[in-house]
Amino acid sequence: MRSGIAVVGDKDSVLAFKAIGLEVFPVSNESEARDTVKQLARSYEVIFITDKLAKKIDNLLVRYKARPYPVVVPIPSAEGSNGFGIDGIREDVEKAIGVDILFSREDK
Amino acid sequence: MAMIQVNPTRMELRRLKTRLKTATRGHKLLKDKSDEMIRRFMIYIRENKKLREEVEAELSVALREFMLARAVSSDAIIEEAIAMPGVKVGLETSTINVMSVNVPSFTIKEGEGKELFPYSFASVTSELDSSISTLSGLLVKMLKLAEVEKACNMLADEIEKNRRRVNALEYVMIPQLQETIKYITMKLDENERSATIRLMKVKSMIEQRKG
Repeated sequence: MRSGIAVVGDKDSVLAFKAIGLEVFPVSNESEARDTVKQLARSYEVIFITDKLAKKIDNLLVRYKARPYPVVVPIPSAEGSNGFGIDGIREDVEKAIGVDILFSREDK
Repeated sequence: MAMIQVNPTRMELRRLKTRLKTATRGHKLLKDKSDEMIRRFMIYIRENKKLREEVEAELSVALREFMLARAVSSDAIIEEAIAMPGVKVGLETSTINVMSVNVPSFTIKEGEGKELFPYSFASVTSELDSSISTLSGLLVKMLKLAEVEKACNMLADEIEKNRRRVNALEYVMIPQLQETIKYITMKLDENERSATIRLMKVKSMIEQRKG
């Protein structure tokens, strides 16, 4: 049975989450992140991952998109957001509707 | 020509007509489903976008503050300060059904811990305090974001699948059935006419022989 919330990312970004009682898993490189997420996917319900890493292991995260659990959510790292999360939303809109109607309006 | 290879018989015609009826009905239902799913999706995706922007902005601030706190105090002090968190997040999860897509839903149980700051205020700077209090306030929003974002992902997936089904019915199945039905009807009519002609011919031949 899976339960709980995990946070994956570089050490600088995830340490803060430890203070509010989440379980943190600092990783330093891409392959480590890949292994960690694979393992966590079996035992955690929600996995927050810094968007810098998420962008690198995108092809792994796609696997979890179609099922309810685990929920993998990209969050900005300590250096700020790289737009991966917003890109995800844009992809969804394009997939569902065919055109990006949510963001195009603001670009004008 | 898009047509199913069948024997032009009455039985086959009847079978095809039932199939066409089912296909048309299915097409209508799926199209309605698609409309409703898109409507729900739009509501979700707007919320998703709003939440994500808020969370990203607030989280960046909180994490930057945390970085600052780390820069001021030494690593060992910070790590010691937060090594034993005083709060625990209880999470109760379930799935809810949105247009026959099972999306996750969370309820946060207040942790039993009472102390948000598990360290002495003397050892660390105030940046850490404010960073942690923002973060813990943000957690609810982050979980909401997780919920909504997942719902969006799954709905988008389902909408795409559904659209394929609708298109397959509309542009392949239904025209195929209609054409086949037309073919069989024409073939049957043709047979009937040729039978009538044959009878007329036979009759006239008999009359000629008599006469």
